[in-house]
Amino acid sequence: MDDQAGDRPFLQFRNVKKTYDHKTLVVKDFNLDVAKGEFITLLGPSGSGKTTCLMMLAGFEDVTSGEILIDGRQVTSIAPYRRNIGMVFQQYALFPHMTIRENLGYPLKIRKQSREQIDQQVEQYLALIELQHFGGRYPAQLSGGQRQRVALARALIFNPDIVLMDEPLGALDKKLREQMQFEIKRLHDQLGFTVIYVTHDQTEALTMSDRIAVFDQGVVQQCAPPHVLYERPANLFVADFIGESNKLRGAIEAVEADSVRVRLEDGGLVSALKANCCDLGQPTTVSIRPEKLTFTERLGDAGNRVRARFVTSHYVGEYIRYHFETANGSELVVKNMNDSSAPPLAPGDEIALAWLPQDSQALDGQEAPKPV
Amino acid sequence: MTILTRAEAGQASVSRRKKRLLAFAFVVPLLLFLLLSFVAPIASMLWRSVYHPTVAELIPITLERLGQWDGTGTPEPATLAVFVEELHGLAKERRSGKLAEELNRTQAGMSSMVKSTARRVGRLSPEELQQQGVQTLLDAHRNWSRTETWLAVQRAGQVYTYNYYLTALDLELHPEHGIQARDTEIYRQLYAKTLKMALAITALCALLGYPLAYYLASLPSNRANLLLVLVLLPFWTSLLVRTTAWIALLQTNGVINSFLQGIGLIAAPFEMLYTSFATVLAMTHILLPFMILPLYSVMRGIDPSYLRAALSLGARPLPAFARIYFPMTLPGLSAGALLVFIISVGYYITPALVGGTDGQMISNIIAFHMQSSNNWELAAALGSLLLALILLLYWVYDRFVGAGSIKLG
Repeated sequence: MDDQAGDRPFLQFRNVKKTYDHKTLVVKDFNLDVAKGEFITLLGPSGSGKTTCLMMLAGFEDVTSGEILIDGRQVTSIAPYRRNIGMVFQQYALFPHMTIRENLGYPLKIRKQSREQIDQQVEQYLALIELQHFGGRYPAQLSGGQRQRVALARALIFNPDIVLMDEPLGALDKKLREQMQFEIKRLHDQLGFTVIYVTHDQTEALTMSDRIAVFDQGVVQQCAPPHVLYERPANLFVADFIGESNKLRGAIEAVEADSVRVRLEDGGLVSALKANCCDLGQPTTVSIRPEKLTFTERLGDAGNRVRARFVTSHYVGEYIRYHFETANGSELVVKNMNDSSAPPLAPGDEIALAWLPQDSQALDGQEAPKPV
Repeated sequence: MTILTRAEAGQASVSRRKKRLLAFAFVVPLLLFLLLSFVAPIASMLWRSVYHPTVAELIPITLERLGQWDGTGTPEPATLAVFVEELHGLAKERRSGKLAEELNRTQAGMSSMVKSTARRVGRLSPEELQQQGVQTLLDAHRNWSRTETWLAVQRAGQVYTYNYYLTALDLELHPEHGIQARDTEIYRQLYAKTLKMALAITALCALLGYPLAYYLASLPSNRANLLLVLVLLPFWTSLLVRTTAWIALLQTNGVINSFLQGIGLIAAPFEMLYTSFATVLAMTHILLPFMILPLYSVMRGIDPSYLRAALSLGARPLPAFARIYFPMTLPGLSAGALLVFIISVGYYITPALVGGTDGQMISNIIAFHMQSSNNWELAAALGSLLLALILLLYWVYDRFVGAGSIKLG
């Protein structure tokens, strides 16, 4: 590594903007610093601009304005084939007319390495992805998971500065996807490359990433490690997009150092952590994760309370989902472990639900009714 | 695991057979049509190239007797007498000309000899025929006493013959030396020229069509479809109109020559029409869509991420194109090339109109033998050889490229 680099981030996006039609910005002012060896995920709904950012970094789309720096070096005007960035595509993009060995050797051949060097490295990477006996096959003769591993190895074999992955597991089934997540993490830990990973699957993002940048409408809503993103979402979009959230509307009644007291619409007073609210009297939404909301018996006297009417429950296996409704019609979901701690409930029963103040967030304003 | 009872299995197979029969019944009209309009004519053509009963029908008894002749000297007088009698009969029915024409094909010069002899023999009365028929024959032409003449008659009388194939390959059967080359090479040269021109047309179509297909495939589909209509437009225009348009362009005082003379580039007009250049040019224009369409549909199906992958792996655009993109378009290219090549090898109308003598292809000679020289057997032999040649080329292609790789869409 470059010793002079100091604290400078390895990869930087600075005020990057992108428009295709010169009318609307697909990416609005994207800023991101990535350290060497970091695993960063760009997460967002489709059309949120995350893939565009990836393509700009790879050099397949040009940057409308702003700059992208790798190791302090501007890359926006460098041709894609000189950027030394590995890429894994959603449909693998393995060359169908070349064997697995030829596919893996291709980037080395371009770099004019010797025959022996190439052979040795190809074998090493075949071993790394545990496909030693498949080198002579063609991509069409491999299963989806195997192809994915080859695509991964091909993106890594020439020792690129950064590896980009564009929804690489999108075409796999659930079980294989989980296996591959583990596999990618293993290779990342083993080889220590820098990853920019694009996905719209939040579980994937949460399990794999060092940090996640949540995209919406061309803007990064929050960029933080998975647990921060989940436990302390910065705004309503993130709270909603990552996992599930119960939302209770109210108004700020008192502001303390890092928490607020909120008067709920049904009259109850609760306290919650301060997120991006908070002026006295402002409307706010208190967000609580379903697994943090629970029956009062579990918390004893501590925590916030809200009364709700039981509607129905769903048996999921390791947990049970209970659906409640508050007096003013907000829906509440409780995820309770399947451990017979729940009281017997019949539809229409009214009980109190509880949660700890530090498990809830007071977020900006009140969300508009969601389109169904 | 459940096992069907015999009755259930029987019922299942009956219902399956019924379905298959019904499906087949829908194809029957097409099969009949193909049989009548395609298989039967080709079979009859092939048959005609080896089956030739005309002479055998004209002089059956002579030929039967010649069968017992040992092929040395002249046949015995009784055989000659039979021949004179049959010739007399033909002369009376005015069919001796047909015999003359047929025998002339086996041995040049026999036409006039047979005709004059027939005239003399025809004048004889039945009694005279009995007494001096043979003498009249031998007097009519000295060749009648030659061995080769009768060998030629014998050969012409063969019902099954490969003579037309020999002719089509510029060979002949010499009575002593066996099969040998003819003095003048016509058909072999023509086959070679046809193949050469077809190759040139295919190469031109590939050179012109590939970039266009690539451009079309790179466009958004609505604009590509619009341009594709322009590619297809010639398809919807009459072939004759397109070919005649080339005549207007290429002729001595045509558009191109007038223009070039007008801007003072040339002093005298180029002779472009009625050359092989004109044939290649017009046929390339006509066959270009056959190259573009399969290429385009294959290119359209190639995910742009392949090229991107190559670039991200460090390949420069040109090598990436050559090593990654181009091989992926090969199925389309070979399908287009095969189509254009095979169509152009057998093309008739365009070379006939713009080719002149220089731009003639084998199909034009086949047509000539069908329509003008009335030598259907030779036409059939030439056509069969063309068919065999194309099948051979297809086999070679399959061996080295693999017909399985062809992709039309």
